Order: sequence, then structure tokens, then C-alpha cells
Amino acid sequence: MATRHSRTRAHAAVAPSVLVLFLWMIVPLGMTIWFSLLRYNLLDPGNESFVGLLNYEYFLTDPAFFAALGNTLKLVGGILVLTVVGGILFALLLDQPFFGRGIVRLMVIAPFFVMPTVSALVWKNLLMHPVSGMFAWVAKSFGLQPIDWFAEAPLAAVGLIVSWQWLPFATLILLTAIQSLDQEQKEAAEMDGTPALSFFFYIVLPHLARAITVVILIETIFLLNVFAEILVTTGGGPGLQTTNIPFLVYAQALLQFDVGGASAGGIVAVVLANIVAFFLVRMIGKNLEG
Amino acid sequence: MARATSTQRKVVTTASAWLVGLLIFFPILWMVITSFKTELDAFATPPKFLFFEWTTENYGIVQERSDYLRFALNSIIIAGGSTLLSLVFAVPAAWAMAFQPGKRTKDLLMWMLSTKMMPPVGALIPIYLLFRDAGLLDSRVGLIAVLCLLDLPIVVWLLYTYFKEIPGEILEASRMDGATLWREIVYVLTPMAIPGIASTLLLNVILAWNEAFWTLNLTTSDAAPLTVFIASYSSPEGLFWAKLSAASTMAIAPILVLGWFSQRQLVRGLTFGAVK
Amino acid sequence: MGKIQLKGVSKSFGTVTIIPSLDLDIDDGEFVVFVGPSGCGKSTLLRLIAGLEDASGGKIEIDGLDVTEVPPAKRALSMVFQSYALYPHMSVRNNIGFGLKMAGQPKEVIRQKVEKAAAVLNLTNYLDRKPRQLSGGQRQRVAIGRAIVREPKAFLFDEPLSNLDAALRVQMRLEIAQLHQSLDTTMIYVTHDQVEAMTLADKIVVLHAGVIEQAGTPLELYHHPVNLFVAGFIGSPKMNFVATTVRAADPQGVTVELPGGGAVAVPVKADSVAAGAKVTLGVRPEHLKPADRGELSGDVIVTERLGGDTVLYLRPAGGAMIVVQTDGNSTTRVNDRIAVQIDPETCHLFGADGRAIPRLRRHPLADMQHPSQAH
Repeated sequence: MATRHSRTRAHAAVAPSVLVLFLWMIVPLGMTIWFSLLRYNLLDPGNESFVGLLNYEYFLTDPAFFAALGNTLKLVGGILVLTVVGGILFALLLDQPFFGRGIVRLMVIAPFFVMPTVSALVWKNLLMHPVSGMFAWVAKSFGLQPIDWFAEAPLAAVGLIVSWQWLPFATLILLTAIQSLDQEQKEAAEMDGTPALSFFFYIVLPHLARAITVVILIETIFLLNVFAEILVTTGGGPGLQTTNIPFLVYAQALLQFDVGGASAGGIVAVVLANIVAFFLVRMIGKNLEG
Repeated sequence: MARATSTQRKVVTTASAWLVGLLIFFPILWMVITSFKTELDAFATPPKFLFFEWTTENYGIVQERSDYLRFALNSIIIAGGSTLLSLVFAVPAAWAMAFQPGKRTKDLLMWMLSTKMMPPVGALIPIYLLFRDAGLLDSRVGLIAVLCLLDLPIVVWLLYTYFKEIPGEILEASRMDGATLWREIVYVLTPMAIPGIASTLLLNVILAWNEAFWTLNLTTSDAAPLTVFIASYSSPEGLFWAKLSAASTMAIAPILVLGWFSQRQLVRGLTFGAVK
Repeated sequence: MGKIQLKGVSKSFGTVTIIPSLDLDIDDGEFVVFVGPSGCGKSTLLRLIAGLEDASGGKIEIDGLDVTEVPPAKRALSMVFQSYALYPHMSVRNNIGFGLKMAGQPKEVIRQKVEKAAAVLNLTNYLDRKPRQLSGGQRQRVAIGRAIVREPKAFLFDEPLSNLDAALRVQMRLEIAQLHQSLDTTMIYVTHDQVEAMTLADKIVVLHAGVIEQAGTPLELYHHPVNLFVAGFIGSPKMNFVATTVRAADPQGVTVELPGGGAVAVPVKADSVAAGAKVTLGVRPEHLKPADRGELSGDVIVTERLGGDTVLYLRPAGGAMIVVQTDGNSTTRVNDRIAVQIDPETCHLFGADGRAIPRLRRHPLADMQHPSQAH
């Protein structure tokens, strides 16, 4: 449909968005890179000096970094496992016909729409509180000792909260994928007398492979940046037990005011994310062809 | 399945599904119930499920003591403002990409989506310092700008997919009927695209409302939206569970409703079309 | 009004050339059909005339005015799309009247014209419905109504009947033919269906890879195809092609040898061929008559009985399959061995280059104008 006089108009229509996003990308990133090469502390302004890669050296050899990296990986890994496995199971369940399917679906989807600060505080207090929390009561009813989540297993606690928030996302995506499974394939398998478990492993799971990959990649991008839940429940502690990379950077920047060091940390976070993004963009790009 | 499933199987499935659903939904349910308790009841062990004195005092207290409405207003202004602003940029861009695709359109779209994958911490410091120097810290305008940029790729992407679904022949027909570009957009494209635009708006408002990185770091009091307000309960004084519940219920209720309507957009928008 | 000329028009998309360079004249009031296989460029050509695509080269003139750079809205043409392209959010009334609204006509005038068009097309009862509430045939009529009401210089139809079922297609074909008779406006119609082409056209333009293979009246193309492509494209079932060798060539005609030993003397000009030359004999299935003796014989492999006609698929000894169309009362069965007679007047000869060898006599109906042509 393209005619000459409409092509220039098209360029003009796209330009503002491109420009604005480009600036949004380049300017902060550029500045962060620049800051990471300086010794710059907000408590000592005006005394910045160029220090090259020193900040990176400090950041990457700081035991806090390794702790944060480990926490980040544990957090992301754990949440991925919980949400993907849970997502598959719930998607399979929701695919079945039963009474009140719409309402159950609403209940399963809801957590995604709850703001992170609410989720975190409701879980920390109403559910996980070692004395008056719901979990404590359930444990005591079974004669077990209630867990003091945020003292004994803080990272797991945070992981649980975030998993709860992302489970609906995985479920929705996988449910959509399951429902796109050709009805005729199901019927063919039935004619062939395929038992349910084989049907699942040989037909459903491969069909879901793509959706599962998408879920994993997209969740990873967002999970690498878990922040609010940590800020509001543990502030990174006890000690460093719930500090992940974003929180570490935040702490260094806005709590210790070490702009230089935090900037180096920020760049490290960006590099990590880029590796993930590379794979995701490749996968989506393939899909856009279709 | 076209055939009727055996009733026994349906009963089992229904029971398990409802169990699962209630378990997942329980924290929200519990929160809402707690919001109607007195603080003492909220903290009581064993927990009281239904038989306690129901009261709406917490809702009143939250508003009086902490001026809940002000934070809610900020949320509305910031979420609404950033969404509308992103529409201004996104509608022409998506229109151009959908109807005048060039060789680089797909790459451009991919690049836009990739900007969403940058970790916010990478930009935190410069943005913070820039805002500080420009007097934009704790300002609604500043937040609207940031959130607009944050969500622009998704808005462009969603609008692009919706516009692409409009059959090109209908727009060509309007051209044959003598419509100029402007009239084509007003009389034909927009009415057909309204459902798509509405759902995009919806999803975007939800994402902006719940955004909890920039809102937490760039605001303190004047421009603070509900995310920040709730966060203030992380270091409270005295008993606060009932008030927290009331505040939280009010904060999430509208979004839960909107969220129900935007499920499909969620899949479309956040998987960037990789899952259909 | 409605005279369209294409001079040296070409179209390329990037490095791919769809139409190399094309010349065509369309007279005022003519019903021209662009026909050809998928990808031959017929829709592209239509869209170039409409202005929905820019020509890469050449000139397009409407009534003597150069419109090559003029946008579609200003060319005073109407188009009926394959998918009808109705505005889903507007009622039938507003769909039909949209073009008039864009032209700035007063409301009262629009109302009258819309109602008139609706009456002609039997849509009066549906004026306030939305497209999704209409059947395929009704939507088609709305699309036509929308086109008519603007009183364009020419109507452009892009495979309008492809999405309809067979019965509806026949009915709509009649309605379009009647429309042309009553409006007497130029119509340019694109289809891949040669039956539509034959029944509707004053002039058929056969396109192949962006090149006009032949343009002429339907019967001219039927009786005097200029090459193998046109001969094979027009007429259903398809013309039989038999590879033969020339036995003799004289002023009476060219005699060719048939597989199985027979021969037939085809009345074509003998100047371009000599004995021994390899040529292709073309004869349509409806011109082969089963008989006790004939120039060709073979075993029947498949019979198709349509009631009014019977189609026999023959495998002659040492040759490719031959299709014969004969009377519905034929009792021939599979595995029967039958002979067919060939009337030389109905044969065509094509040289090694695929071009038809000119006939000695022109078929009496070949130059007959389509009844709708009053001029």
C-alpha cells in the first residue's frame, strides 16, 4: 500500500518515539558508565576524580558482590522453578471443564495485579509472622514449630512472595499455549489410544516448550530486578542474606552515597541482563517472522 | 472435549481446582477480611475467620491519619498521565509501523522492546541526580515522564499488533472513497482500533499503578503514589495490621477489577507475541 | 468518460519486477477482464490503475489526463475488493454513503442516492444493519452499492466473486453483467476464473508474468489463441496438446502425423513450417467426437459423468493422455477402447516457439461484439 508521499509521513510518525527511547537508553547508561570510572561520593561533592576501572575492581572483589550474585541467582532460579512447574500444573487444571471455571481463573490470576509493596507486607505480616501469622497458626495446628521466616529463611521468604506474584503470569501464558493445542491432535491421540501421561509428555510438553521458554526468559528479565519486595520486608538483611544485585547497587548509591561504586555495580547488572535479553530477542524475532 | 466428561471426573476436577484457586487467592482474601477487624482482633491468635466484630473503622482511620486520598490521587495522576502521554507518542509510531512497514520496521520494534529489558538500577543513579538537579525529585511530572518511557515500548508493541489486525483493504477502500489521510484515521481507523487502544490503555494503567522501583526511589511525599504509601507500613508503630489491610484493599481493588479485563492483553503485551 | 490508457507502465517491488512494461487501451464503457494464473500481475495492474500502488515507470491516463501521480481519492474510480472491505462499525447506509460524505455532498442528496442504489441492489431492508449481520452475497452487494453511488468513471473489481459459494457466484455474475448493461460504465474486472472472463468480458486481457499474452474478445481468444499459454488457459476442460511432426505443408494446409499412425490436415498458413518440423497440435476436448473410426484411438482410463456432458480420459498408444468431452448419453466405460474423430477446422498448430501458426480462415464469431456493446 506504500506510495511515495506517505513514506516520509511514516518516518515522521515514528521519529519522536525512537528519539525519546534512544535518549532514555543512551543518556543514563552513558552517565552511569562515566560515573563508574570516577571516585564520586555524594557526601563529598566536588571532589570527583577519574579512577579508571578501580570501582569495578572493588565491586567485583567485594564479598558483598558475591553474596548478592549468589542471592540473585538463587532467587531467580527458585522462583523460575516454582512458577514454571506451578504454572504448568495450574494451566493443565484450568484447561479442564469444571464448575465455576471463570471464578477460579480470576482467583489464580489475581496476585499478578497486586502491587509489590502490598504483596510483600501482607505476606510478611499477616501470613509469615512467627506468632500471629496464618502460617504460624497452621504449623501449630499440626503440632509443628512455626518458622520465623525472615530470621531463618529470609531469601526463601522473599522468593515465596515473588513466586506468588508471578505464578499467574506463567499460568496465563501456559494456559493460552495449551488451549492453542489443536483439538484434532487431541482427538487423533484418543483414536490411537494414547494414555494420558504419555499424551502429556509426548504431545503437550513439546507443544509447550516454546511457551515455557518464553516464560522463563521474560520472567528472568524481570526477576533479575526484584527490588520493592526486598526494600519493604528485609532491607537486604539480615546482613546480606536478601541482598540481590539491584539492591546492592541501590544501597551503595542511595544509602552509602557511593555513586562511583554503585555505578560500576549498575553496569555489571546491565551486562548480566543483556546476556538474557540477547536470547529473548532472538526468540521473539523468530516469532515475528511468523 | 465435545463429549460430556464423566460427572465423577468433573467433581474431582472442580474440587481440586477450587482448592487451588482458594489457596492462591487466600492472601488477598485474608487481607480483605483483616481490614474489617479491630487491630486487636487482627493480631489475635488463633486467627479469627468470620466470627469477630466487623468494623469499617480502619478505612476511616487510614484516610484521616495518613490522607490516603492524596496518595490515591497521585497514583491516578501518574498512572493515567504516563499512559496518555505514551499514547501520544505510540499511536503515530504504531500506525506508521503497521501500515507503512519498511525494511527496518521489525528491527526497530525489536530494539524498542529491548529497551524494556535494561535493569532499572543501571539508570537509577543518573536519573536520580538529573532529577535532583532539575528539581524533579518528588514531582508528578518527573514520574510521569519516567513511567511513560518505561512503558512506551509495550504500548507501541500492543498498538502495532492491534493495528496490524485491521484489514488493509478497508483503509484502501476509504482511500478509494475519497478520504484524505486525516479522515481515513478519524472515520475508519480509529473507530476500528478503539477496542485495541482501550485494552492497551488498560494494561498500561495497571502496570504504571503497580510500578515499584522508580516510584519508591524518586518520590518521598508530595508525588508519592500508593506504592510508596503502603511501603511506609514497613516500619510502623504499634499494631497496624488492620490498617495495612484496609489501605492495601483500597489500593489494589480498582486494579484487580481492571486486571480481570486485561488478561488477554497481558499475554499479548508481555510475551511480545511469542505466545499466541 | 471512462477511457483509460496505459503507456509503458511498469512495476517493481525492490529487485523483483512484476510488470516489465505494458501498454493497454480501454475504451469508454468497455467491460475488460484481466485474467491469468496466480502471480501474473493482474491484481497489481488493477491497483496501479486505482492508484493504490505507485507505478515504477510509464504513464496512466484517464480520459486523456495523466493521473500517474494523482492519489486514488482524486481519480474518480470505484473499487470492489475481494474481501468487500466494508466498514464494520458503520451501517449499510453509511457504508454506501461514505464516499459521498467524503465528497462533501449535502445530506439530503446522499440519502436519496443511497436509497436509490439500495433499491437497485435489493438492500432496502438492510440499510440499517451492520456488515457482520449480513450474508456473503449481501455484503457483496453493499460493496457494489458503495462503488455505484459515487458515479465513477470506471469500476474496478478485484476478484469479487472468489469468496462466494458456487451457486451465489453464478447469480452475482448475472447481476454484474446486468449492472454493466444498465450503467454502461467502463468496468475493469480481475479474476483467475476463465468462465467469469468468458461470460462477462467485452475484452479479455490474458496476463502471464506481467506481460499481456493476448487481448481480444472472448470468442477471438477461444478460436484464435496466439500461443500455447492462451490456448491452454481459455476453455475448460483444457485444450489437448499433442506433440506431432509435420508431414507436408501446402497452400491447403499443414498435414501433421499423429501418434498411432493417423494424420490430420490443419488449415493454417504453410509458410513458416516444412516437412519434418516439430509442432504441437491443439484440439479442445469438446471438438473430439467418439466414433467407430477416427484419427486417434485409445483406452478409456477415467469417465466423469456430469449428466449433461461426459468427460472421457483416453490413453492413446504411445502418447500423453487425451481428454474428450462428449454427450451425456454416452455409454462408454472404463477400459473400453474407443476412437475419436478430429475436425481439422477445430485444430490449432503451434510452432516450436509456442506461437500459433496463423489460420487460413477466421472464425465467423471471432469478431462478434459482446451483446452489451451498443457502440
